[in-house]
Amino acid sequence: MSKPKFAMYWSGSCGGCEIAVLNIHEKILEVDAHFEIAFWPVAMDAKVKDVEALADGEILLTLWNGSIRNVENEHMARLLRRKSKLLVSFGSCATEGCVPGLANLAPLHEIIDTAYTTLTTDNPNNIRPQPVTKVPEGEISIPMLTERVHTLAQVVEVDYFMPGCPPESHQIAAVIDLVIQVVQGKAELPRKGAVIGAGKSTVCEECPRKRNVKSIKAFCRIQDVAPLDPELCILEQGIPCNGPATRSGCDARCPRVGAQCIGCYGPAEGVTDYGARLLSAFASVIDADEPEEIERILDGIPDPAGQLYRFSLAGSLFQAGAAAFKN
Amino acid sequence: MSANNGKPKVGVYICHCGTNISHTVDVEQVRDWAMEKLGAEGVVIARDYKFMCSSQGQDLIEQDIKALGLERVVVAACSQHLHEMTFRNAGKRAGLNPYLTKLASIREQVAWVHEDRAAATEKAKAVVAGAVQRVVKNQPLEEIEVPIHPDTLVVGGGIAGIQAALEIANAGYKVYLVEREPSIGGHMAQFDKTFPTLDCAACILTPRMFETGMHPNIELLTWSEVTQVAGYVGNFKVTVKKKPRHVNEVLCTGCGACMEKCPKKVVDQVFEAGIGYRKAIYTNSAQAMPKFPVIDTANCNFFQKGTCKVCEKTCPTKAIDYEQKEEMLTIAVGNIILATGYDLFDARRVSNYGYGRLANVFTSIEFERMCNAAGPTSGKIVLRDGQTQPKTVGIVHCVGSRDRNYNNYCSNICCMQSLKFAHLVKERTGAAVYEFYIDMRTPMKSYDEFYQRVLEEGTLFVRGKVAQVTDAARNAQEEGKLIIQVEDTLIGKQRRIPVDMVLLSIGMQPRHDAKEVGRLFGIGCSTDGWFTEKHAKLDPVATMTEGVLVAGTASGPKDIPASVSQGSAAAARVLNLIMRQKIALEPIKAVVNPWQCSGCRICNGLCPFNAISFKAEHKVSEINPALCQGCGACVAACPAGAIRSPGFSNEQIFAQIDGLLRNFSTAAVQEETEQ
Repeated sequence: MSKPKFAMYWSGSCGGCEIAVLNIHEKILEVDAHFEIAFWPVAMDAKVKDVEALADGEILLTLWNGSIRNVENEHMARLLRRKSKLLVSFGSCATEGCVPGLANLAPLHEIIDTAYTTLTTDNPNNIRPQPVTKVPEGEISIPMLTERVHTLAQVVEVDYFMPGCPPESHQIAAVIDLVIQVVQGKAELPRKGAVIGAGKSTVCEECPRKRNVKSIKAFCRIQDVAPLDPELCILEQGIPCNGPATRSGCDARCPRVGAQCIGCYGPAEGVTDYGARLLSAFASVIDADEPEEIERILDGIPDPAGQLYRFSLAGSLFQAGAAAFKN
Repeated sequence: MSANNGKPKVGVYICHCGTNISHTVDVEQVRDWAMEKLGAEGVVIARDYKFMCSSQGQDLIEQDIKALGLERVVVAACSQHLHEMTFRNAGKRAGLNPYLTKLASIREQVAWVHEDRAAATEKAKAVVAGAVQRVVKNQPLEEIEVPIHPDTLVVGGGIAGIQAALEIANAGYKVYLVEREPSIGGHMAQFDKTFPTLDCAACILTPRMFETGMHPNIELLTWSEVTQVAGYVGNFKVTVKKKPRHVNEVLCTGCGACMEKCPKKVVDQVFEAGIGYRKAIYTNSAQAMPKFPVIDTANCNFFQKGTCKVCEKTCPTKAIDYEQKEEMLTIAVGNIILATGYDLFDARRVSNYGYGRLANVFTSIEFERMCNAAGPTSGKIVLRDGQTQPKTVGIVHCVGSRDRNYNNYCSNICCMQSLKFAHLVKERTGAAVYEFYIDMRTPMKSYDEFYQRVLEEGTLFVRGKVAQVTDAARNAQEEGKLIIQVEDTLIGKQRRIPVDMVLLSIGMQPRHDAKEVGRLFGIGCSTDGWFTEKHAKLDPVATMTEGVLVAGTASGPKDIPASVSQGSAAAARVLNLIMRQKIALEPIKAVVNPWQCSGCRICNGLCPFNAISFKAEHKVSEINPALCQGCGACVAACPAGAIRSPGFSNEQIFAQIDGLLRNFSTAAVQEETEQ
């Protein structure tokens, strides 16, 4: 019997997810032992036409990392969806849009203008990227950017979601183990649409710091607090820590070493909009009655969009392109 | 569950509300649309009816539940606040759990706020669709019964509070009456005569004050304020701050020797409205209840300079206690009546009337004290010099009321109060009296007869809003007088009328701290600042917070009979609950999902009912269902989404939003596809 096929693909992302997969060390050999790697541009040479040649559903497992930023991403997402039994939205970019999704704060033409006209750009002829260019050999084309950054699930149906920027290696290893066991008939798959490779609660559950009833009189940046109490809840020290709203699964890596959680594991189970939840939580523990005072305290968060939606803007209620992309 | 697309069977009932709804919304169209388009959401029947809340309307629902096996009901009618209970009960009678019936507001939120019939009809459809898509997600809930504590807290010892306290105490139940001034009696105790019968305020009020003070079932807490309220209907825990009187209430006999000997005279801005004196140790009046005086430490020689102690030396029972500290009392009560009254409009704000600048311009409350036989002038009506009787008096109505610059509303009592003043001036001085009014408002029993009597007494009425009161004379006649500049709208002329004395009939205002007090007791204020009743007509003494009632002028300007009636009405509502001994509470209680709670403790300080506790050993927060009132503060705050509230789940709310937007989202999809 031939081995089941495995694919991994990246779109609008930084490549960290790929590194995180390699970071499972010798476990990668098990992937090779149990799967035939059908398509994985980072690790091996294969062409899109090879994928097109496969039968629908022939790939058992595809890990997709990266947001949907251009029409090629869209095309590849639809292709791999068709060819895969299990499509996993792998990492924060695919699942929530992550940092590339912050591009949705500005319209596309502004982003292009910034890239091609600002002072640091040497562009005397004011050239813009064109979809099609004629050269002596014929026409060449480049994939154009979509108007907005989308998550994978806004474009195609996704079977499982794996959060994290990047997902923790021990979580990746556990998920790969699970799939191997499923292949061997020793385990069952979780329900479709589930979040895998993560906990169900939030980072605070895994955080060893002491916490009290919260009452915040001022927010400040972490570099403005010296010294940070090594044992007390970071949020209680006035630093906007995203831990209370962020899904558990990373073992509270950042708070353990004295840095606030920035929310890369996304919302907890059942939460629709991460930023709204977090803002509501912050607002709830502000200790002030007067509107001006509340405003002043909230102004202590220097970059609200980055604080609340650094990882989740494209997937949030604000940017829900889901309905528009259903077909 | 039925084989209805896998959805529960929903019945939709659309009310015409006479013409209230059908005037603006095409009810038949909404009905047909619901039947045709919402079938996929589970709708199996849609009907309309002239008055859904009538017994025939309710019968329709009951019959359908039985005949068609409906599992959910949506009634598109007025507001949840008005009739959701009616329709829940209709469903209940036919065997449907009350929480499976939902009211969609197409009267208050659609018909009454729109004019465009076509657009309003579309909106009504959206509201109905939202309710349908939500109600299918509803789960049956069981009501919870809690006992009612038989004691009652009444806040405010004016006539409304006194009335409420006496009604309840006379029925045999304990009442705590909290008053922040040293004595009960409120504004009424300051007045001389009361309209329209002219019986003296003291003669009718003092017996009530005495009865209240002596009543075995009433615990009087004067010079005290409520600082904290926890709990819910039937089971409130209230913290009362008892300010130090510096007089031992057990030892004091109320002989008054200390007040007589106290060397420090202070202008009494409260009870005497600034036209009389009191001592630094004082009671409001000889009729004060309780009779124990209070030391005003801000003015007392001993407290300010460290010497004096005359009161201590004078007191025959050694009741003076300079060391007395404030006390915090915690009391348990089942119900609370707020009878916190009103403040008077500050006449200085209408600078063109000259109050505070022109000596002989008086406010109505100053005049009340002047007329009062126990007041600073022993009842003599005199100018600011304390001697001269006025020969001409002008009374200005609506000062600060019915005026967009100040308060837009009518203060209700000023017309009658002004007529009373005219009568008193005539009776005691024989002076000529002018009344300057916008409209005369004398609608209650015997009020208009009193107006006629004052007319017959020869009081001169000028219809017009006074522009200015000035002392700048233009001719010899005006020299040394106050001149009232007014447009007489009956003769269509500007007039200047010289008088010796001007009385400003100042209006009522919400208490300056009404907002904070409202927050303390969990009730809201109107835009004007008065406490909001549950229903202005049908439930005028209840509030949106169960177990907290309002009586008297705290909810808006009222005269004495209306305030007294409200005191009795609020007492009746309280007695009703006490006699029932138990009350069924809405089962909308927040629940923490322990495997999802991270123990972050964000929610811990938020609960207004102290229902949340942190279980350190399991690192999770817990909600006590007996204390939870389902307000949702913690549900919204929980960053892990671990706290849910049945009836308000994300699933239900998003389903409703989906329903509301169904037309728009379809359009949006088409537009996007076309592009």
